[in-house]
Amino acid sequence: MIIAEKKPIQEIIEEVQNFDRILILGCNECVTVCEAGGKKEVEVLASALRMYFITQGKEKVISEHTLERQCDHEYLEEIRKNIDNYDAIVSLACGVGVQFAAEKYLTMPLLPGVNTICLGANEDRGLWTERCQACGSCVLARTGGICPVSRCAKRVLNGPCGGSTNGKCELGPDTDCAWQLIVDRLKALDKMDDYEKIAPIKDWSTDRAGGPRTVTREDVKI
Amino acid sequence: MRLKIPTNFRIVRLPCTGKIDIIHILRAFEKGADGLYVVGCMEGDCHFNQGNFRARKRVEQAAKILDQVGVGGERVRMYNLSSGEGPLFAQYSIEMVNKIKEMGPSPVRLAKQKKATAA
Ligand code: SF4
Ligand code: SF4
Repeated sequence: MIIAEKKPIQEIIEEVQNFDRILILGCNECVTVCEAGGKKEVEVLASALRMYFITQGKEKVISEHTLERQCDHEYLEEIRKNIDNYDAIVSLACGVGVQFAAEKYLTMPLLPGVNTICLGANEDRGLWTERCQACGSCVLARTGGICPVSRCAKRVLNGPCGGSTNGKCELGPDTDCAWQLIVDRLKALDKMDDYEKIAPIKDWSTDRAGGPRTVTREDVKI
Repeated sequence: MRLKIPTNFRIVRLPCTGKIDIIHILRAFEKGADGLYVVGCMEGDCHFNQGNFRARKRVEQAAKILDQVGVGGERVRMYNLSSGEGPLFAQYSIEMVNKIKEMGPSPVRLAKQKKATAA
């Protein structure tokens, strides 16, 4: 899923202070699971903002709503009937949701309430870690299911660099060496032969290098 | 055991402190509470194993938010005691009430009062 982190309340206060009627808009999917922008976080942020502005003697209306998804037309349409009630929207969805809402409501200021961090997994309670950078041509089949693109700082594709020490990356002791993980897993799979195979030069045009990416599916278009 | 406890706080009963969420704490302050404390079982003695640890984390998060919005994180606290410790419950309630009295009314309550009298 997409992992995001709550923005500091102070930053949000600064962004919204010149608006009087503000909608805090949550998203029920990825950002709910990573506890950054779901219904609960909407309630907490709205309550915090209301308390802040009332103590500042400012009259603001802070409303709350959470959509099933903010990256889909049909759900974003839900707020259209009430859109004139707001002067700005703070979206707690990932960057995709914020932008999709901004495209839909052209004259409505849209402010992000979270920082979108990565595509990752919930490794432990309170710990989310990156697993994929959407490179557009997945190599996991030959790397034992461990991604060298997202988990190796240098994105090297044919074994570790010279900095790999005791299974850790030269970034520091908190980062596993992706290639150590790959080798460990290939050994477990009894597929170390795969490690010997030299990977061809990766086609990075499917990554960000080729500009913004699009998926067009004629087979599902109506 | 007839213990004297302050009369200026309200007890909200929970099945377990693990039931409390940040928003419950914030809503109390939004409505004008001057202080709030959560009383859970001793750490390690939770019937649901982690309820009181969850509560502590949420109390800490609420305190941080209250600090950030200028209400004051010290207005919220977590205490732990066992169900047999009535005198300690009384002592904690006195301690908390005194602390809040020292801090004075919550800025939210003052602002709400000011707004009400202006209206
Ligand atoms: S808007 Fe973002 S957070 Fe919400 S469902 Fe879509 S991708 Fe996930
Ligand atoms: S190889 Fe590319 S698509 Fe596959 S997991 Fe890594 S970044 Fe994601």
